[in-house]
Amino acid sequence: MNTATAALAETLRKHESEILADWLKEQAAVPSRRNAVHDAETRTLSRDFLNAVQEALNGSGADNVGGSGYSRARDLLAELSASRAVQGQSPSETAMFVFSLKQPLFTWLRRDLEGDKLAEAMWAATLVIDRLGLFTTEAFQKSREEVIQRQQRELLELSTPVVELWDGILALPLIGTLDSGRTQVVMESLLEKIVQSGSTIAIIDITGVPTVDTLVAQHLMKTVAAARLMGADCIISGIRPQIAQTIVHLGVDLSAVTTKASLADAFMLALRRLGSRIEAAPARV
Amino acid sequence: MERIPILRMGRFLLVTIQVDMHDQLALTLQDDLTQRIVADRARGVLMDISSLDVVDSFIGRMISNIAAMSRVLDAQTVVVGMQPAVAITLVELGLDLAGVRTALNVERGMALLQQSGA
Repeated sequence: MNTATAALAETLRKHESEILADWLKEQAAVPSRRNAVHDAETRTLSRDFLNAVQEALNGSGADNVGGSGYSRARDLLAELSASRAVQGQSPSETAMFVFSLKQPLFTWLRRDLEGDKLAEAMWAATLVIDRLGLFTTEAFQKSREEVIQRQQRELLELSTPVVELWDGILALPLIGTLDSGRTQVVMESLLEKIVQSGSTIAIIDITGVPTVDTLVAQHLMKTVAAARLMGADCIISGIRPQIAQTIVHLGVDLSAVTTKASLADAFMLALRRLGSRIEAAPARV
Repeated sequence: MERIPILRMGRFLLVTIQVDMHDQLALTLQDDLTQRIVADRARGVLMDISSLDVVDSFIGRMISNIAAMSRVLDAQTVVVGMQPAVAITLVELGLDLAGVRTALNVERGMALLQQSGA
């Protein structure tokens, strides 16, 4: 450990409570959504973080922010980033947590040291704080990405329900754009359900599919072909007028598949194929 | 030599594939089945592939070929019990087994044969 780092650690130790107080004041000056719980949390977190940095400086110096000496400081920052990402704060607001430490720290360094020693200690402090700041931004981004991925997964599961309409008739209402990843999930869940329920007719309803291009049509045809291989017939329903036009303009050939305009029509056809029918009973008053 | 058994049920032949299909086995089956269709004057073939969980393009093609050959010999082929994974693989390989009839299980396949072949 060199002298500059030692001086920095010493200042941090000697004036810990003052630096902490100044730092909290700095943080409070940054406009953000604050409340009492948040303030108390920030205070605890800031104190723990100062301790962690001090320990790390004593242990492994100012250069090795990625090393094991800083693991506690990094964990604290990761936790902070994750909670702020969930609260919907911006990356710069989150990074300001670390960067706002600069001013109070520099103020106290100036009081303790002078000349070359001051310059060196300042440099060491800048190194540590900048790297920790960068780490915060990275951690923030990572937790945001995790949120996005989780939502995507949930969306995927939510949007592919296979429902049993009648004994032997399945319906698959598709919502949202069909890409190859989703087609795979849709296909698998449909085929699994066909085996499980022993259904012979599956109605694929595309009312909720915003656009049908050649790729989506190809995905649909694949699903229909796979269901046929297993011994189930597919009916595609919910084709809106614009989509019918698009399909013809694109030259997509859907003649191998039975298509119906509405789910109700498809259901009636499915019932007829199974030899059942629905008739009106005399109304009861 | 390993062979896939071909059972006779009335005017139909029942082929149940219980082992991993490899290429030689598929070729032997093709030979045996065409001979049996002629010998027994069968009107339909029911192929149960419910225990088959891996297919490649060759096996897919063999299934398709066997169906086409049976049709030439005036016997309907119904493939039953295909696993979801197998169906997806065949579709991804571009083999949609056009002209082969399919059913969910042996019972439904039999009903299908009796309906059309009687």
